[in-house]
Amino acid sequence: MLVMLAVVLLTVMLMALARALLGPSIYDRILAVNLFGTKTVLLIAVMGFLFGRPDFLDIALVYALINFISIIGVLRYFEYSDRKQIEGEP
Amino acid sequence: MEWLIELIISACFILGALLILTGGVGILRFPDFFTRMHAAGITETLATSLILIGLMLMAGWGMVMFKLVLILLFIMLTSPTASHALAKSALHGKLKPITFNEQSKE
Amino acid sequence: MVTAIAIARVSDLFAAVMLSGIYGLLSASFFVALDAVDVAFTEAAVGAGIFPILMLMVLGVTGRYEKIAAERKKARVKNVAVLMAMLVTGGLLIAGMLDMPAFGDPDAPAQQHVNIRYIEQSPEEIGIPNMVTSVLASYRGYDTLGEVLVIFTAAMGVLALFSSQLFSTGKPSIKSEKNDMHEHNVLRIVSKILIPLILLFAFYVQFHGEYGPGGGFQAGVIFAAGIILYTMLYGLDKARQVIKPVVLRVLCAFGVFIYGCTGVVSMLSGGNFLDYSVLASDAIVGQHLGILVIELGVGITIAAGMILIFFAFSHQAATQLGEE
Repeated sequence: MLVMLAVVLLTVMLMALARALLGPSIYDRILAVNLFGTKTVLLIAVMGFLFGRPDFLDIALVYALINFISIIGVLRYFEYSDRKQIEGEP
Repeated sequence: MEWLIELIISACFILGALLILTGGVGILRFPDFFTRMHAAGITETLATSLILIGLMLMAGWGMVMFKLVLILLFIMLTSPTASHALAKSALHGKLKPITFNEQSKE
Repeated sequence: MVTAIAIARVSDLFAAVMLSGIYGLLSASFFVALDAVDVAFTEAAVGAGIFPILMLMVLGVTGRYEKIAAERKKARVKNVAVLMAMLVTGGLLIAGMLDMPAFGDPDAPAQQHVNIRYIEQSPEEIGIPNMVTSVLASYRGYDTLGEVLVIFTAAMGVLALFSSQLFSTGKPSIKSEKNDMHEHNVLRIVSKILIPLILLFAFYVQFHGEYGPGGGFQAGVIFAAGIILYTMLYGLDKARQVIKPVVLRVLCAFGVFIYGCTGVVSMLSGGNFLDYSVLASDAIVGQHLGILVIELGVGITIAAGMILIFFAFSHQAATQLGEE
């Protein structure tokens, strides 16, 4: 059962990767990376149970945190460069 | 009684896996950014909750369950806000969703 | 590998940063699969979190795209040279690898000699369950001192390049509207709840490093991540009022100082440098004490260093933006 979950998670992560490479706009790519991150959190939790080492949950928590902060960092970068372009044009 | 819990766990996992798969396919096939965000949002919140609840039931009482509860709370707090921030930023960046009027013109 | 190739080929630097975030994440998953939990922890926190954020800051200061094709011809010679260097190094590495014993082979030299002693005697000599921490902090404490010094030097290097106005305590010269995400009220309110919990989690990881994965490095990074979140959402000026950069500079050095002092105290008490057994009457308690103190020093230096680097980059980006 857990192995099936892990396989499903890996498949969806591959799909997200495909969208990250394809997606026409930048926001598509950011969305795909975000999805990849949340699935990784689940994958780490599931693998922790598979290997019988519940210490992995700390890593899952840290990664959930990091994913969230990265997405916000990326969005902030976009607000900067948008403002730059909007105000830079005469 | 034990088999009931096992049944619930299996149901949670299967449902969660199905939802994640549909979310993944949705991301690949939906036509527009905002619709894709909807697909991704399903996987992030509902499917994650189901799978984490299944894991919690598997773990039994103790430290592991407490950590899983923490992870669940954190994800439920952060992923909707992240989606909201992303959508707002996309609107601010002038990415327009496909509306009904445009489709009926074609 | 796909991500690595994609990173090298994409000329949009922003996409490269995103892809390197995914790459860091994949590496963390590999480490988890290889059962190396502590390394996965650090890699996830740094390689997939702090690193893309810092790179994004760099992008804010430099441009977003690589220099375009007009200069590509000149670059071609350089490219060939780089490619040759990579091939040679890669070839040597592969050749060296073929000679090595199989993965996980118990007869491999890396598994014998020193490792056996570590694994067998660590529980008795040091008495903490997490062997990675015991090796890192006690058996190889000197190396860890070097690592902390590296981070400290990196922070100092960034400061030397960037910090012209960061430490002035006068009025901030940049209007605060350009700096924060003031429209994102939902984000701000949620973060107000989250940030104290993040800092608390950092403390948990710091002191729990003896029993589970964690320790000073990871805890410092998590603490810095919490503060970076606050800075991103509320603007650099407010963050500078909350955490004064001067204090950060002192803290960064203070962590290294604690580490060194522990070593000196050990020497003064009759042992070698960084030999913790002599710190207390019982050898094992001494080890615990020593490990606790140096992990604290590591955590403080890393947190302060990362926050300083972020402040410096952010200030630089803001001044550049304000000048245009």
